[in-house]
Amino acid sequence: METMILDKTAQDFVDQVEELSHSNLRRCLHCLTCSGGCPLADDMDVLPNGIIRMIQFGMKEQALSCSTIWLCVGCNTCSMECPNAVDMAAIMDALRQIAILENAKIAEPGVLSFHNAVVDSISRYGRTHKLEIMMRYKFAEKDLFSDIDLGLKMLSKRKLDLLPSKVKDKKSIQSLFEMAGDPS
Amino acid sequence: MNKIENLSYFPGCSLATTAKENNASLKLFLNHFGMELNEIDDWNCCGSSSTHSINSKLALSLAARNLFLAPPNRQLLIACPGCFLRLSHAKMELNGSKEKQTQYETHFDRSYNKNLELIHFFELLAKMSEKGLFENLTGRLNGLKIAPYYGCMLARPPRMNKEKNHYGLIEKTMSTLGGESVRWPFLSSCCGTFLSVSKPMIAEKLVNRIMKGAIQSGAECIVTACAMCHLNLEIRCRPENRLPIFHFSEVLSLALEGGASKDWFKRHLINPAPLLEQRQLIPCQKIKNNGFFR
Repeated sequence: METMILDKTAQDFVDQVEELSHSNLRRCLHCLTCSGGCPLADDMDVLPNGIIRMIQFGMKEQALSCSTIWLCVGCNTCSMECPNAVDMAAIMDALRQIAILENAKIAEPGVLSFHNAVVDSISRYGRTHKLEIMMRYKFAEKDLFSDIDLGLKMLSKRKLDLLPSKVKDKKSIQSLFEMAGDPS
Repeated sequence: MNKIENLSYFPGCSLATTAKENNASLKLFLNHFGMELNEIDDWNCCGSSSTHSINSKLALSLAARNLFLAPPNRQLLIACPGCFLRLSHAKMELNGSKEKQTQYETHFDRSYNKNLELIHFFELLAKMSEKGLFENLTGRLNGLKIAPYYGCMLARPPRMNKEKNHYGLIEKTMSTLGGESVRWPFLSSCCGTFLSVSKPMIAEKLVNRIMKGAIQSGAECIVTACAMCHLNLEIRCRPENRLPIFHFSEVLSLALEGGASKDWFKRHLINPAPLLEQRQLIPCQKIKNNGFFR
């Protein structure tokens, strides 16, 4: 078995995640409650508690490039069920943000592309415009034809509005984006 | 009811667009009990799941703008569980940091009201029920068998675990109104939310597990309080697992005499009309503005 040398780098990464997530990784008992209750665990390459172990072992590149952090939808089931109050969902947020900031390999680019389409819509209208989000996402992913029947059905049921619901004070929304700056 | 007659209201993007029937039925139901909802002027998106996934500061800023826009003297009613969590989270962050409060006060050029009361639709219902407002509506749902579906709305991060939790409220309200709730294992199982777009196969798996569970439990329909769940269950459900899905507010309105509009149900992708007919829950043909206010 490969020997791992745990050096200062591991603590740096732990500190970075703890600061962003306001969560204490040492509280994790690896009882697997988070992983057992996670609705997405089946499709993840690393179980949620395994991610904590990876952070503690300084396996930064591996932790940031796993599919787990992008398949997590932040449903908070893990965070609520954790017997030791580890905020796993917040840890996942932190890892996604570090991955973007440090140009890590994104295991699920489609999911990030969707998040970007949503945030982009908010920056333009102050609200989410679902039809445009879908269209932008489909173009970005060069996937125009899957779900086309569904899209048409939703349009016919007037589930998808053609025009966005907008905030009047556009400048105030812009100023929030300027204030927030890059993800951190 | 003096304290909750006049409420500020944050509908959120889903209720303003894809789930207009959720918005209309909620307003109609509350108006029936003399409650006036005052939409916050020029509200913006709460940030949704995507913003906090990629930029925490922006997530706080977007939610904070709504908190600063809300009139200080009224409770702020939020119907969407997602928006409620985002806005409550922002309130917690601001209340916990004088520095952040000052930063946003300077930015918005307004003072921050740390006592702004955020109230979820569930909490309002619980209060209405305590006051006995639903006593005249007993038995109205003619034994409609429902699977109560909370999705992830009952879950929250550890820092907020002292907040109120309304587990069991759908069941309790339904039984007062003459509906029957089944016991089933998927009542708080996540619908997959945005993965429905970028990972439809995963969402389909989660949704069909939930739908199948509801059918096996003997339910005739699913009742949810989340517009996102409603949409996902409808669009990712395979034909063999189809079961009508109702917004909680629609079922509440069905219990009022002439209180529900046919037009709400026409917007459903899984047609609930045959079930409503079977249970003799007949929505109205004509309702003021079709029940769609604005």
